[in-house]
Amino acid sequence: MKLHEFQAKQVLARAGVAIPEGRTATTPEEVEAAAIALGLPVVVKAQVHVGGRGKAGGVKLAKTAAEAKAHAMAILGMDIKGLTVRTIYVERAAKIAKELYLGITIDRDRRRAVVMLSTVGGMDIEEVAATQPGKIARSWPDPTLGLRAYAARALCFEAGVPEAQRDAVAGIARQLYDVFRATDAMTIEINPLFIQEDGTVVAGDAKLEVDDNAMYRQPELATYKEIAPDEEQEERAKALGFSYVQLDGTVGIIGNGAGLVMSTLDAVKNAGGSAANFLDVGGGAKESVVKAALEIVLANPRVKAIFINIFGGITRGDEVAKGILAVLRDTKPKVPLVIRLSGTEAEAGRALLEGAPLVSRTTMDEAAAEAVRLAT
Amino acid sequence: MSVLVGAHTRLLIQGLGREGAFHTARMIEYGTTVVGAAKPGKGGTVQDGLPLFNTVAQAVAATGANTSIIFVPAAGAADAILEALDAKIAVVVAITEGIAVHEMLTVTSMLERSASVLIGPNCPGLISPGTAKIGIMPAENFSKGPVGFVSRSGTLTYEIADLLTKAGLGQTTCIGIGGDPIIGLPTPDAVRYLNEDPETEVIVIVGEIGGSAEERAAEYMREFGKKPAVAFIAGRSAPAGKRMGHAGAIVSGNSGTAASKVAAFEAAGIPVATAPSEIPGLVKKALAGR
Repeated sequence: MKLHEFQAKQVLARAGVAIPEGRTATTPEEVEAAAIALGLPVVVKAQVHVGGRGKAGGVKLAKTAAEAKAHAMAILGMDIKGLTVRTIYVERAAKIAKELYLGITIDRDRRRAVVMLSTVGGMDIEEVAATQPGKIARSWPDPTLGLRAYAARALCFEAGVPEAQRDAVAGIARQLYDVFRATDAMTIEINPLFIQEDGTVVAGDAKLEVDDNAMYRQPELATYKEIAPDEEQEERAKALGFSYVQLDGTVGIIGNGAGLVMSTLDAVKNAGGSAANFLDVGGGAKESVVKAALEIVLANPRVKAIFINIFGGITRGDEVAKGILAVLRDTKPKVPLVIRLSGTEAEAGRALLEGAPLVSRTTMDEAAAEAVRLAT
Repeated sequence: MSVLVGAHTRLLIQGLGREGAFHTARMIEYGTTVVGAAKPGKGGTVQDGLPLFNTVAQAVAATGANTSIIFVPAAGAADAILEALDAKIAVVVAITEGIAVHEMLTVTSMLERSASVLIGPNCPGLISPGTAKIGIMPAENFSKGPVGFVSRSGTLTYEIADLLTKAGLGQTTCIGIGGDPIIGLPTPDAVRYLNEDPETEVIVIVGEIGGSAEERAAEYMREFGKKPAVAFIAGRSAPAGKRMGHAGAIVSGNSGTAASKVAAFEAAGIPVATAPSEIPGLVKKALAGR
């Protein structure tokens, strides 16, 4: 789950990280008032859950309150990568002398958090990592120790942080690490971290993405959850206990087990088609879940055929068959269904489906080929 | 010989709830030696014929348990793993799905300073066909033979085991290592066990998009491989930035792509199947070409 910049900054401020003074607004008049109250110049910033806001024109400097209002009129309602801007964060502009990068994420290979600090700030860190890997200092703290003072200091030495700011930046790195742990963050980033003309250090931007599996112990952050329009189906599926991802193709996919469903997508591609979605009904899926899954896939207008691929283990073939029959009883699908049942109670399932308006195949490859043929 | 699980296994159950009890019965049926269950507050009583203990340490002292399987719900599962490590259980298998990543960071940090092996979480467990299983896989899809099998998936593992079994290719040990980003026994470590196992004649490696464990496994086999291997990567057609069900199955930026994994295996001389149905043929070819 992603937080907005202003939410992430509130979390950072509470942990002691200095942030420029700012406030949120939802109308041009509020933005104008905020600019006057904060003191000019200000930065007017779109609050949406995507990167690259600046490049899209969603971040503007205003020297007067009228200019701030004009920027707000342009930014509110703006579409940035499919998301509509509804909230603006107005912030007192920092007097920037230098920009740094500070971020923490999960290093899967090392099974540790990795703290990254660079004096090449304000850029996409993946680009810096690809083009100037030597410019990023890294540290992998042991979670039972945390980011100790010596390790944070070593990061500053390695990155080449100016001597006058070394203690401040090391301190912010340690505060950021504590927030990273306390919020169950997948990624936390201050990019850029400003060194101001007066030598003070403030967070110019803030990104915070929280582990969905940890929301049960982050009740406060959970209240920040927003569902984008294109995520509604995925959220609905999650509430029903399965996993759904919308894709661009024409063959609707339903299967059990993430690996098997991924392989089913691949089989459809091997057969010359393309999948309209990823849908894993999970283990032990009952009739009602299969029915709901079918309904979600059928609701996608791009779907021209549906391929149901079930290998029965905990999920029983007869339960899957009953779910399909329940849908067919209520509605007549506008697109053909291809099914492949194997494993536990597969024969019982196939027997139940005898006479139903669908195509049954015994192997995954055959069924994929048939679904692709029917979709074209 | 089988890897990590066998006749020597003395299994303790952590989390004898509805699901745990169901699978415990299946494991006993299969011939696994189950010695008891840890259930805080119920120590000294008996459930389903199994003695219950308040703590894992007490269970180990009383039963000589050397392996545990964890069905505890996500919020308490990392704690259950840490308790097993603390009690020096040699092999810990965590079935639980949805453990928070930060919990797993703490777990793997403790794991690195212990002698225990952790399999999972979010995994089907492991099976030594004909001898014992510690997991939730349907046993009928597996058979005894020369193939060592490691996989990040669940159902896909059963599908491929079924294909191998139907082709007359039995298995020494199948290890389902789990689909999370942080796991106890990543692909290269699981492959190392199979590479060192004298009874395993060929290794099947089933990976997924996300992370770089497959690349590291390929690198290990290129350098130290004692036997042929065959690989398969699920998610070749998945777009970047979309999480495909498993928390660990995501292509982010340039990392975790199927293309990078396929290239790594091919550079190590390991053929990569484009569909699960091709795996038995490639395994037969690998066995014939030794």
